[in-house]
Amino acid sequence: MGIQSVDLWVMAPTITLALGALLALLVDLFVAGAGKASRSAAGVTAVVAVVVATALLPQSVDEVTLCAGQNCAYAVGALTVAVQLVVLVGTATVLLMSLVSVDDTRTPSGEYYFLLLCSASGAMLVAAATDLVTVLVAIEVVSLPTFALIAMNRGDRRSGEGALKAFLYSVASVAVSFYGLALLYGSLGTVSLVPISLLTTNTNPTPIGATGLVLILAVIAFKAAAVPFHAWAPDAYEAAPVPIAAYLSVVSKAVGFAALIQVVAAFAAWEQIWAPVVAALAILTMVFANVIALRQRGVVRLLAWSSVAQAGYILVPFAAVVGGLAGAESALPAVIGYLVGYAALNLGVFAVVTIASRGRTDLRIADMRGLAWQSPWLGLTLAFFLAGLAGLPPALIGLFIKVQVIAVPISTGAWIVVAVMVMATVTGLAYYLRFAAVLFARPSDATFERSELGVSAGPAHVALGAMLFLTIALSVAPSLALGLLDRL
Amino acid sequence: MSWDESALSLLVALPLLGALALLVAGRRADRWASGFAVAIQGAGLAVAMVLLGGFDTARSDEMQFVVDQRWVPELDLHFRLGIDGVSLPLVVLTSLLGFLGAVYTLRHLPATGRPRAFAGLLLLLQVGMLGTFVSLDLLLFFVFFEVVLIPMWFLIAFWGEGERRRAANVFILYTVLGSMVMLAGFLWVWSQTGTTDMVALATLGGAGMSSAVQLGAVLLIGLGLAVKAPMWPLHTWLPDAHTAAPTVGSVLLAGVLLKMGTYGLARIAIPILPEGFASVAPYLAALAVVGIVYGAFASYGQRDLKRLIAFSSVGHMGFVLFGLSTVDPIGVNAALFGNIAHGLITGLLFFIVGGIKERTQTTVIKDLPRGLYQKAPRLGFIFGFACIASLGLPGLAGFWGEFLALLGAYSPGVPERLLYRVLLVIAALGMVLTAAYFLRIMRRLGQGRPLGEPLADISPSEAASWLPLAALIVVLGIFPGLLFNLTAPTVDRWLAATSISAQGD
Repeated sequence: MGIQSVDLWVMAPTITLALGALLALLVDLFVAGAGKASRSAAGVTAVVAVVVATALLPQSVDEVTLCAGQNCAYAVGALTVAVQLVVLVGTATVLLMSLVSVDDTRTPSGEYYFLLLCSASGAMLVAAATDLVTVLVAIEVVSLPTFALIAMNRGDRRSGEGALKAFLYSVASVAVSFYGLALLYGSLGTVSLVPISLLTTNTNPTPIGATGLVLILAVIAFKAAAVPFHAWAPDAYEAAPVPIAAYLSVVSKAVGFAALIQVVAAFAAWEQIWAPVVAALAILTMVFANVIALRQRGVVRLLAWSSVAQAGYILVPFAAVVGGLAGAESALPAVIGYLVGYAALNLGVFAVVTIASRGRTDLRIADMRGLAWQSPWLGLTLAFFLAGLAGLPPALIGLFIKVQVIAVPISTGAWIVVAVMVMATVTGLAYYLRFAAVLFARPSDATFERSELGVSAGPAHVALGAMLFLTIALSVAPSLALGLLDRL
Repeated sequence: MSWDESALSLLVALPLLGALALLVAGRRADRWASGFAVAIQGAGLAVAMVLLGGFDTARSDEMQFVVDQRWVPELDLHFRLGIDGVSLPLVVLTSLLGFLGAVYTLRHLPATGRPRAFAGLLLLLQVGMLGTFVSLDLLLFFVFFEVVLIPMWFLIAFWGEGERRRAANVFILYTVLGSMVMLAGFLWVWSQTGTTDMVALATLGGAGMSSAVQLGAVLLIGLGLAVKAPMWPLHTWLPDAHTAAPTVGSVLLAGVLLKMGTYGLARIAIPILPEGFASVAPYLAALAVVGIVYGAFASYGQRDLKRLIAFSSVGHMGFVLFGLSTVDPIGVNAALFGNIAHGLITGLLFFIVGGIKERTQTTVIKDLPRGLYQKAPRLGFIFGFACIASLGLPGLAGFWGEFLALLGAYSPGVPERLLYRVLLVIAALGMVLTAAYFLRIMRRLGQGRPLGEPLADISPSEAASWLPLAALIVVLGIFPGLLFNLTAPTVDRWLAATSISAQGD
C-alpha cells in the first residue's frame, strides 16, 4: 500500500458544491432579517457555488485521484464530465426557479439550499466513483436530502405523504441493492469496477453473482423512476415544491442513468444477465407510463408520468443489447445524448410551470387554458418544449435524440423494443398535444390575471430563457448533445 | 456561396424566416401579416421560377442545385438538397399553391381570425413541404416530413370547423404513427448500408441489403408513406381532416401533403429498395385499385360536398399508387404526372368549395342552391370545369395520369401480368364511376331552376387565386410532354438500374 495521493483539483467541482452547501447555511444564519434580500441570500450563494463548480470542471479527462497504488477511488472520464455537466446545469436551473418559489412560500431558505446542494454534490460523485460501494453511497447522498426537500412544501398536506412514499421506496430499494452488493462481493471478491470488468470477462456468471447484479439494478431503477419502481414519483413530484420536482425529474434521474452506465460497463460481459432485465424495465416503463399519463389532469402529475415515460426511452439503447454486445458501443452516446436533450426540454417545461403555479398548490391542466394568448412568452415556450418532449419539430433536439435512441435497437435487430417505442411515442404525442392544445384555447375567465404572471419571477424567467436558448442551440447543432461523450 | 448552391437553401429558408419574423413581430403584426405572407410566398414562387428557368432540362435525371453540408455526424445526417426532373414540378406546384393560398387569405381569412398566427403557420407548413421535396438525405427527408405536422394540426384544430379538434388529432396521431414506422425503415437502411444519402443509395440500387432486409425496409417505409398518400385502408384520417380544415388548409393538404407520400414512394422505395418494392408492388397495386373503386363508391354516397372531394382524392391517389406499382416507365411517369395534376385539380376544387361555403354557410349537398350556372355563371363554369378535369376528360390534366397508369399496367415491370390486367379493368371501371358521381354533382348544383337568394359571382381575389390553376390544368392537358420530358429520364434511370424492368419486357 502506497501513500494516498490526493489531487483536490480533480475533485474540485464536487467539493465546491459541498462547501457551497455549508456556506449557504452560514449565509442564511448571518444575513438576518425577514426581508426578501435575506431570503434570497442563501440562494444566490448556492447559484454562485454551482457556477464556480462548473468553471472548475476538468479540462481534460482520464484523471484520477485518491489512489492507493493502482486503485483509485475517484476517476474522471468523459462520462463523468458529461454527467456532471447535466447535474450542474440542472441544479443551476433548479436554483434559479427556487429563488422564486422559496420566496413565494416562505420556505426556510438556508435549509432548502443546503439540502439541495448536498444532494447535488452526491450527484457529482456517482459518475466519478470507481467502486460499487461508492456508487450506492453516492446515490444515497442524492436521495436523502430530497426526502426533506419534498416535505418542505409548506401548506400542502400531501407534502409529508409524498416524502414518506419516496423515502420508503428508497429505503426498500437501497436495502435490496446492498444485499445484492454483498452477494456480488461474495461471488467476485471485489467491489471495484475495473477488477469486476476483468473478472466478468473471463468467468461465467454464477447464480449468486447474477442474483446480486439483478438486485443492484433495483436501486438504479428507483432513481431513474422506471416501472415497476416508479410508484413514488407521481406523488412525490406533486407533493414537492415545483423546482424540486424538476430536480427529481432531471438531476436525480441522471444519477440513476449514470449509475446504470457504470454498472453495465463493468458487467458488460454478463450481458445475458442484465440486458433482459433492462429490456423488461424499458418495455414496461414505456407501455405503462404512457398509458397512465393519458389520464392525468394535474400539470405536475402529468409531467411526473411523462418523465417516467421518458426514462423508458433512455433505457432503450441498453435494452437493445439483447442482440449482441455490438449495440453497447452506440448505446452510451445515445443515452447521454438523450439525457442532455431531455434535461433541457424538461427543465424548460418546469420553469414555465414554476412561474405559472405561483400562489397555487394544485395546478390543473385546465387552469393553463389560453396561456399562449395571455402570455405568449410562457405559452409559446411551453408548447415548444412539449413538442420537443413529444419528439416533434420545431424543437428538433427532441426529434434527434429519439432518432439516435431508436437507431440502436434497429441496428441490433431488437424489433420488439422498436415496436414498443414507436407505439409509446405515438401515445406520448396524444397527451403532450392535449396539454399544448389547452394553451391555445380561448381563455376562460378563471385563468390567470395577467398581472399575476411575471411579477418578481425574474430568476425563473432567466432559467426559462436559458433553457430556451439551450434547446434552440441543441436543435441547430444537435451534435452538442448526441456527440457529447466523444467531444469530452 | 454561388447561386447554384444557395438557391434551394434560400427556397426553404425564406418561409422559415418569414414565420420567425411574424413570431417576433408581436400582436401589432396582425394588420400586415396577410400581406407580408403574400410577399414572402411571392418571393418563394419567384425563386422557384428562377430555379425552373435555370434547370438544365438536358440533364433532368441528375440532381441540380445541389448543396451538401454536414449537419449531425452522429446520425450521418447531411443537409443535402437538390432537385431533378421529378422533384422540380412538385417544388413549383408547392410554391404556386402556397402563393395562391396566401393571396386567397388576403380577403378570405377563416372566422377564427388571428391573421398573424395563420400566416405564420402557413409559412411553416411551406418549409416542411418544400424541404421534403428537395431533401436528398433520408433523415433530412424525415425531419421535413415531420415539420408539416404541427402547423397542419394547428390549422385544422383552430381555424377549422365542426369536429375540428378530433379531426386534427386523428390526422397527427395517424401520420406520426406512420412516420415513426417510416423512420424505423430509414434507420434500418442506414444500419445496413452505412449511408443516408439518397443519391448514393439510389446508385447502389439495393446492393448491400439482402432480399429480406429490402422487403422489411420497404414494408416499414411504404407503410409510413402509404398513410400519408393515403392508400386504402389507411385513408380514414383524410375525409375528417378535409372536412374540418379551413379552405387553404384543405387546398394544401390535398395539393401538396398527400404528394409527400407518393413522392417518397417514388423517390425512396423504387430506386433504393428495388427488389423489395418489386415484391410488394402487386399488393400495392391491388390496394390501390381497391382505393380507386372504394373512393368512387364512397364519393357517390357522400352528402357533403367537401367530403365528396376528399373521397375523390382517395380514388385519384389510388391511380397514382397504381401507376407506381406497375414498375413500368409509362406507369411510373403517369403516376408522377397524376401527382401534379391531382394537386392542381383538387386544389382548385377545394378552393371553389370553400368559396361556395362562404356564400351559403354550408357544404351539405342537399342544402346547396341549385342552378349555379345561371345564378353565378362564372362560379358555375369554373366549378364545372374543375369537376370535368377531375373526372379525367381528355385534353385536361386529369386525363394523362390516369389513362397512362392503366396503359402502364398492361405491361407491368413485374411478373404478375395477369393480375395487373385484371386490376386494369377494375380501375377503368373506377374511372367510369368517377365520371358518374362528378356528373351527378355537376347536374345537382349547376343545373336546375335557380331559386332562393342570389349568389355572388367570383370575386377578384378568388379569380386571382383560382385562374392560374385552371390555366395550368389546360396547359398540361394539351402539352403533357412538358412534364413527361422532365420526369421520364429520371424514371428511366431508376428502372434501368434495376433488373426488374428488363424482366417485364
